[in-house]
Amino acid sequence: MSAIAAVLQRDLRLAMRRKSEVLTAVFFFVVVASLFPLAIGPEPDMLRKIAPGILWVGALLASLLSLARLFAADYQDGTLEQMALSPTPMPLLVAAKVLAHWLLSGLPLALLSPVLALQFDLDSATMWVLFTSLLLGTALLSFLGAVGAALTLGVRGGEVLLSLLLLPLYIPALVFGSGAVEAQMVGMGYGAQMSILTAMLVVAAFFGPWACALALRIALE
Amino acid sequence: MENFKIRWFHWAAPQTFYPLAGRLWPVFGLIAAVLAVAGLYLGFFVAPTDFQQGEGYRIIFVHVPVSWMSMVIYLAMAFWAFLGFTFNTRLSGMMTQALAPTGAMFTFLSLWTGALWGKPMWGAWWVWDARLTSELILFFLYMGYIALTSAIDDPRRADRAGGLLALVGAVNVPIIYFSVKWWNTLHQGASVSVTKGSSMAQTMLWAMLLMALALWAYSIAMALYRVRSIILVRERHTQWAQEVAA
Amino acid sequence: MLSVADLSCVRGDRTLFRGLSFTLAPGQCLHLEGGNGVGKTSLLRIVAGLAPAAQGEVRWHGELLGSPDCQLPAQMLYLGHLLALKDELSAVENLISGGAIAGSGPNQEQALDALKQLGLAGRTALPVRVLSQGQKRRVALARLLVQQNPLWVLDEPFVALDGVAHALITRVLQGHLAQGGMVLLTSHQPVDLGARGRSLRLDA
Repeated sequence: MSAIAAVLQRDLRLAMRRKSEVLTAVFFFVVVASLFPLAIGPEPDMLRKIAPGILWVGALLASLLSLARLFAADYQDGTLEQMALSPTPMPLLVAAKVLAHWLLSGLPLALLSPVLALQFDLDSATMWVLFTSLLLGTALLSFLGAVGAALTLGVRGGEVLLSLLLLPLYIPALVFGSGAVEAQMVGMGYGAQMSILTAMLVVAAFFGPWACALALRIALE
Repeated sequence: MENFKIRWFHWAAPQTFYPLAGRLWPVFGLIAAVLAVAGLYLGFFVAPTDFQQGEGYRIIFVHVPVSWMSMVIYLAMAFWAFLGFTFNTRLSGMMTQALAPTGAMFTFLSLWTGALWGKPMWGAWWVWDARLTSELILFFLYMGYIALTSAIDDPRRADRAGGLLALVGAVNVPIIYFSVKWWNTLHQGASVSVTKGSSMAQTMLWAMLLMALALWAYSIAMALYRVRSIILVRERHTQWAQEVAA
Repeated sequence: MLSVADLSCVRGDRTLFRGLSFTLAPGQCLHLEGGNGVGKTSLLRIVAGLAPAAQGEVRWHGELLGSPDCQLPAQMLYLGHLLALKDELSAVENLISGGAIAGSGPNQEQALDALKQLGLAGRTALPVRVLSQGQKRRVALARLLVQQNPLWVLDEPFVALDGVAHALITRVLQGHLAQGGMVLLTSHQPVDLGARGRSLRLDA
């Protein structure tokens, strides 16, 4: 079994034995999405209009929740050290961890989004665009977020600091992700937004693990 | 070539940089003061009253240079961070940390002067214009850097983590600006534009340029002044630092 | 062949040690001694490549640590203070995944065999969190039996081990040295490796 597969399998196996962590992010998404109608009012036309933004921000915050733990456990029990000492390049192992994180938090959020979209009375075409934008977007957030998680590893007040660091970097994903859904809602093409989102994901998937590995080495010194 | 390299690294040692910075910062401070007086005089007394915007527009002679410099300083921080990673010098990290508070202050001023300008012109203290929104995000980037470097106790790790953050931020700034601009044009938001509806008079441009240079000199002076304190704190266990502090 | 020249280590403001030099040839063991906080763990981490040295260099077979030609990461087994075990996984699962990440993964049989040799038969399928400290340490040390690395860098390997396990690990170390391997370790307890063992004292 290769090192990359071992890292991926280990993270997935650990999550399966502690299911509560996966479910927390999902339930948070549901709760946040339900808060807005309570705060703003139940009028369907208005809710429909703000739905893309709310759902996207909710998914963003939910995925931010689980990021703080991405490397923390490994750092504390010494497995991160062992990964740094592996003959396999650290960026590849990091990419495996990010992939596991996305499978456990991003993918469930994307899968849940059509259900939440029902609460806001979105049509099925829009739901489809919402789903794909979140699928790509949460992956992008995972890659970017990993760098932030690595920089704040073991730092006092790390969780709040992580949000402060990552939110500015998340804005392009948010703008284009929710922009795609909005475009679909008003009948305009969403192709440009999706392409840009995909391009950002590709770049982040390429450079993110590399920056993240550097940040982890800094944390381990 | 060897000689050239050795001379650079000679100045990169905190012990030799300390007196150099000590001699340079008053010079830059003076340049800043002179340029600022010239620029403000041009801006507030010489430049003509704007046809559409009246006298209130003059705040742009502070707003625009401050906005420019806030971005330039962030790039300077990224530059020093890059040097630090390439050459592994301690001074690079100190310079990045020395620049951050000034940059953050400029960003803050930019937001405030933008609001002061916007209120008489557009009736609102804040508009979600592309540039102002980008400036706000830049403010968050600065705050993130300062928060991260303050939260890490080990100075070496703080320097390196902060440097990486500055580099990642700098790479993302164009992407963020592009996405905010796109977002703004799509939603047809208001645009706080300096040149809207009137062509810039020569004196206005000169005034802004002088103010920008004044702020640039001021930033260098402040960074050099601040880095001296940082050097003394970091090197406090060495003999030369204890002698200086005594 | 590991060689360390003029090494110095700075932690925060304090210089832990400076001007440290030694070599480790195949078949040799170096036991680092010294009080708490004197820099033994820091030295091991520098040799492992996890932390930078303030000065000096570490060479493996003549290649400088950190250069692309240096094979040290692949040829070293590092067991630090932290056991690198996942509490929710069983001993066998830990060994297999840990070995795969380190580049020389044991299969199920080899892992079970190693754990049996360390007296953990019957506990191999339990999640590690229910094991005692000594048993956890033995799971971590099982890596010594399944991985093939010439250089072993061990930080306090005997902690929490009872007399039987201590003797067993000592035998494992002796076997490794007899085959031409190298061991660099710290331990507050005495280490008896006969003629192959040397001591180096780090003082403040």
